[in-house]
Amino acid sequence: MADLRNNHNLAPKPSFFNDPKIRSIFYQLVVMAVIIAFVYVVATNTAANLAAQNKSTGFDFFLQPASFDINFTLIPFDRTSYYWEAFVVGMLNTLLVSVIGVIFATLLGFMLGIARLSNNWIIAKLAMVYVEIIRNIPLLLQLFFWYTVVLKAMPGVKNSFEWFGGFVLNNRGFSFPKPMPDETFNLVFIAFFIAVIGAFALKYWARKRLEQTGNRFPVFWASIGLLIAFPVVVWLISGANLAFETPELKGFNYKGGLTLPSEFLALVFGLIIYTTAFIAEIVRSGIVAVDKGQTEAAQSLGLKDGDRLRLVIIPQAMRVIIPPLTSQFLNLTKNSSLAAAIGYPDLVSVFMQTTLNQTGRAVEIVFITMMVYLTLSLITSVFMNWYNARVAMVER
Amino acid sequence: MKNKIVTIALSAAMGLMATTAMAGTLEDVVAKGYVQCGVTTGVAGFALPDADNNWAGLDVDYCKALASAIFNDPDAVRYTPLNSSERFAAMSSGEVDLLSRVTTWTMSRDTQLGMNFTGTMFYDGQGFMVRKDSGITSPAELSGAAVCIQTGTTTELNAADYFAANNLDYNPVVFVDRDEVVKAYQDGRCDVYTTDASGLAANRSGFADPSAHVILDEIISKEPLAPVVRQGDDTWFNIARWTYFALVNAEELGITSANVDEMLGSDNPSVKRLLGVEGDFGASLGLSKDWAYQIVKNVGNYGEIFERNVGVNTPLGLERGVNALWTNGGLQYAPPIR
Repeated sequence: MADLRNNHNLAPKPSFFNDPKIRSIFYQLVVMAVIIAFVYVVATNTAANLAAQNKSTGFDFFLQPASFDINFTLIPFDRTSYYWEAFVVGMLNTLLVSVIGVIFATLLGFMLGIARLSNNWIIAKLAMVYVEIIRNIPLLLQLFFWYTVVLKAMPGVKNSFEWFGGFVLNNRGFSFPKPMPDETFNLVFIAFFIAVIGAFALKYWARKRLEQTGNRFPVFWASIGLLIAFPVVVWLISGANLAFETPELKGFNYKGGLTLPSEFLALVFGLIIYTTAFIAEIVRSGIVAVDKGQTEAAQSLGLKDGDRLRLVIIPQAMRVIIPPLTSQFLNLTKNSSLAAAIGYPDLVSVFMQTTLNQTGRAVEIVFITMMVYLTLSLITSVFMNWYNARVAMVER
Repeated sequence: MKNKIVTIALSAAMGLMATTAMAGTLEDVVAKGYVQCGVTTGVAGFALPDADNNWAGLDVDYCKALASAIFNDPDAVRYTPLNSSERFAAMSSGEVDLLSRVTTWTMSRDTQLGMNFTGTMFYDGQGFMVRKDSGITSPAELSGAAVCIQTGTTTELNAADYFAANNLDYNPVVFVDRDEVVKAYQDGRCDVYTTDASGLAANRSGFADPSAHVILDEIISKEPLAPVVRQGDDTWFNIARWTYFALVNAEELGITSANVDEMLGSDNPSVKRLLGVEGDFGASLGLSKDWAYQIVKNVGNYGEIFERNVGVNTPLGLERGVNALWTNGGLQYAPPIR
């Protein structure tokens, strides 16, 4: 009996050439061979043509001195620095804009997306007008617009806006006091670290308590209080030592303190405003996608409006929101390459413009730049996919 | 901006794909019937479309001289406006036949980019422009200033050198587009605008109130501005180089567009050789015998080009200075035609 059943399950064996398995392997091999041949031809052709153009090639330029200056860097850089340092400066500047942009665009996008669904007619319509205007105008135009606004609407250096004797806003940028922590200030960092652990412990305890007694504890506000109060108390006890270097008008410009140049402000502002509109739509569609019955069920359980949104609607909406949200994060990062148009020293400006021009290694530099954006995007994707898997529907 | 990235990517891609040999530019030019000339995106006096949308300027006249030598037609030129960061990619990809684009002749460009510089059309130097009400009279007073610069230029490097050497700190604000640089300076983003002194004069001539800005006397660098051809095509290189020499020689011999026909009857052997009355020097360039006659007839000599585009009677109002002929104490000098 057993043998007979097995025989039934066996498909009739086709001839070697008609075997679908073998055919599929064969076609895959052909495709691979074509791709490899294409890459090989392009690579050898490139090398041959570059040689024919009498151009210097290679990556050795990375170790040569850059001999230009950059006005906004996160690491020390001057004209004696090497090209690889210029590369790092550009990459960090791109990352800075991307990270700040992603954080604020997400926060504002969620607020705006929820506002579009508000029962308040004015709020809903205002949000709609914002979304429809912003997402239908090309980003480059918006960046030029914001940059022009920053330059034209802000006062010159001599007539700067000054607040609290250390915060200065003018058409060169925004300057603010730079904290100059001494050694005792390390205690404050340690205190902050302890407060972070405390906040997690508090969350754990509050959850236990909720499960046991049903009483809720305002974890969020308590944590915020803990994170601020504890380091401040430690700072006061340790002698309240924290000097600030305030920007002061000397000659042409404000010196000292930290300065965010107008190009940075215009770029970050433009990217956030633009991406927010798209994220708002994604959030709105995600919320709308959650069945109305869920809202009604939550209401019938007696949940308050905020809790209903936070505990029932948003977690379900997240499954719809996250994949397109990932695309928006990638878009924002890639869009930051428009920075060069308004003079912000991002990767494209520093590396693909200045470095490319001073070294003439076009193929190498364009290739590296593309690889950097590709890598950044892939890392973002991997992270978001991981997060998506975490919040995805768990089938029971 | 997108355009720029596309251009660079395309040039890179063309570097990848192009298999056309780079030699034989003259044949290509003759076959298509015009010279494709890379110029600036707009610098008054050097290359700028006029009211009738015809390109005019010193760089443009050089292109016209070249076209005259080949086709006896100064209008057999098409112009490609290029940013400083696009120019060399446009050259190596074959997008343009030559670059006549206020480009500074430097060693690294000459030796590493696969380019050749044909001869200094304009001896320039880097200067600074500031607002008159700032009261600045010397670059040494510029400590802490925000400086507007175009990216991918020797200007960017010279500024870094100058401020470091003089122990001044400064704040470079760089843009891809020259227009953006000038606009940022006018909007007060920068205290100083720096580029070649001729370029400063050119940009200032376009300001609403040129007298509110001063160009500081001090020059901080040597900027020999020269036309560029691709390395490895000696015939084309010779044509480009001798077009420039013909312009200078014509001025030295007193031949102008007005008297060139008269000069055909001159007894001076140098004039006869230049204009093709005696000997055939055009043949060795692959051109007709009267190549230099056509240049002078259509475009004029070097002095005429200078005075017409950037001289004292133009909005730029530049003196000949070091660009005078060597016989007048300047640097413009050309080897003899014999």
